[in-house]
Amino acid sequence: MMAAIETKGLTKRYGRLVAVEDLDLVVERGEVFGILGPNGSGKTTTILMLLGLTEPSAGTVRVLGRDPVREPLKVKRRVGYLPDTVGFYDELSGRENLRYTAALNGMRGPAVEARIEELLGQMGLLDAADRPVRTYSRGMKQRLGLADVLLKEPELVILDEPTLGLDPQAAHEFLTLIRSLKERGLTVLLSSHLLHQVQAITDRVGLFRKGRMELVGSVPELAKRVLGGAYRIRVRAEGEGLEAALGAIPGVIRVRREPGGYLLETERDLRPDVARAVVREGGRLFALELEEPSLDEVYRAYFEEVKRDAA
Amino acid sequence: MTRREGSAFSGLGVVFLKEFADQLSGTRMRLLEALIVLTAMATIYAAIQTIKNVVGEDVFLFLRLFTTAKEPLPSFVAFAGFLVPLLAIALGFDAVNGEFQRRTLGRVLSQPIYRDALLFGKYLAGLATLALVLLAVWLLVTGLGILFTGLAPSGEEVARSLLYLAATLAYGGVWLAVALFFSVVFKSPTTSALAAIGVWLFFTVFWGMIAGLLAPVISPVHYGFPEEVLRQAQTELALARIAPSTLYAEATLALLQPEVRALGPVLPAQLEGMVLGTPLPLSQSVLLVWPQFAGLIAASVLFFTLAYVVFQRMEIRA
Repeated sequence: MMAAIETKGLTKRYGRLVAVEDLDLVVERGEVFGILGPNGSGKTTTILMLLGLTEPSAGTVRVLGRDPVREPLKVKRRVGYLPDTVGFYDELSGRENLRYTAALNGMRGPAVEARIEELLGQMGLLDAADRPVRTYSRGMKQRLGLADVLLKEPELVILDEPTLGLDPQAAHEFLTLIRSLKERGLTVLLSSHLLHQVQAITDRVGLFRKGRMELVGSVPELAKRVLGGAYRIRVRAEGEGLEAALGAIPGVIRVRREPGGYLLETERDLRPDVARAVVREGGRLFALELEEPSLDEVYRAYFEEVKRDAA
Repeated sequence: MTRREGSAFSGLGVVFLKEFADQLSGTRMRLLEALIVLTAMATIYAAIQTIKNVVGEDVFLFLRLFTTAKEPLPSFVAFAGFLVPLLAIALGFDAVNGEFQRRTLGRVLSQPIYRDALLFGKYLAGLATLALVLLAVWLLVTGLGILFTGLAPSGEEVARSLLYLAATLAYGGVWLAVALFFSVVFKSPTTSALAAIGVWLFFTVFWGMIAGLLAPVISPVHYGFPEEVLRQAQTELALARIAPSTLYAEATLALLQPEVRALGPVLPAQLEGMVLGTPLPLSQSVLLVWPQFAGLIAASVLFFTLAYVVFQRMEIRA
């Protein structure tokens, strides 16, 4: 089957400014893909080009096997899009807003009402369904936005900064909802700069910087590439000469001193070897834990590296 | 590039119905309705006071309801010429930038419709709202006329006043298109409202003066020959007709005053054999204002097309 999204050499220029440069992106069906990067790195422009809302300056785009510039209606019928700041008609109720979207998609009949009811229920908005949207909180609007996106039963969902402006609790709930889309077999593309949240729900991520996607892969893959070691082991131990002993274990890439212990970067899960080494040196071992590298670290390390290279 | 797929009008009906419902239920509409109805009643009442004395002397008494003024109130026609553009601008000034401000534009355009459908749907909804208001006012005026004069309008009077209504709608359509255009060009509804009102003021108040100043420059009268004077008058008229308000005023005049036989300078030679003061048949009056009608519709099309072109190229990101 064809990939959900496939771009080749996709480029967007605004005058002399290059917003997106030579982007080759493949998102497989059923995948949750995160595009990450600082503000102004080309995330939103990429999304708009995928939807045919902005015309690419160069390169090709295929969304669900179709060109969004030439067949925009066919693409938009099967792709749901939640903009970064989603807006509704304030004077209409949540239900009426959804009805308008349904009508724009050519959906009519009693089945639509049932579908709207079902989605409002899933998003926990049944109580507020007939209140004007102006009385909704930010989180409620965002959930209404997701209902709006799912209404047309899309195959691909594109979410631009879905957790922007949500409090941590609402953001967490919203991300759980997004993750549940994968279980329904949907493909999800989301952009964000909140990395630890993205890490929890994405299969793969792409790192954007100044219009270029510089790194793509799953978080452990990226960690291996950027941080060197894919595994990090935090050792809380006391004793003489431990640093040297730990550094001598085969497979350990780096040893760093920390208050109360050491942080090791390793190629494999070396916890048994570390424990043995500490005991052999006569040290006192308090704790030993394997730490998953976080996307935050990858991101920071990567952009620091880039900055250093540039300097 | 190949032709794009699908109809440009899919979703047009949906957008139209939603916008129409919005217009009719909005507070803005209430205010404008109140304003129009009040002025209609006041001017008609004043007109009736004046023409009551001449009942039976005038064949087109009913049409006089629209055109008669009584100090200090202007005639209904004068009021309508003033209020309808304002109404049209009020209906259209935030059509597109309002969606942009509410951040609904991206969401709506990511649905399977073209931008054409959104813009055209909004324009048609504005026009339909305008038509509805005008029809209500027309019924009000006719009803009041029957009530106060005790006379029923003749078929020709009904036809003439309905044509006047159509001309008013065409005139309103021009300003609706202007307002729509500015709502695409400017991101802020306040700016677009001011710009639209500015253009309207320019054409309604200043353009006549400018035409008067420009005509002697373009067609000067050097020796005082009649040809020169005539050419200058024609130049001035041609310039004045760039303003939609001039076209509308001429159309109104010819439709509601059947004795008007020409819109522009008339030479004594052309008057030969003419019985002055007798009314023209309806078909001849329609023929007389046909160019004005066409001009008003052309102006609407022009501004709508401009709005369309700018809207197609507009970046929808905030």
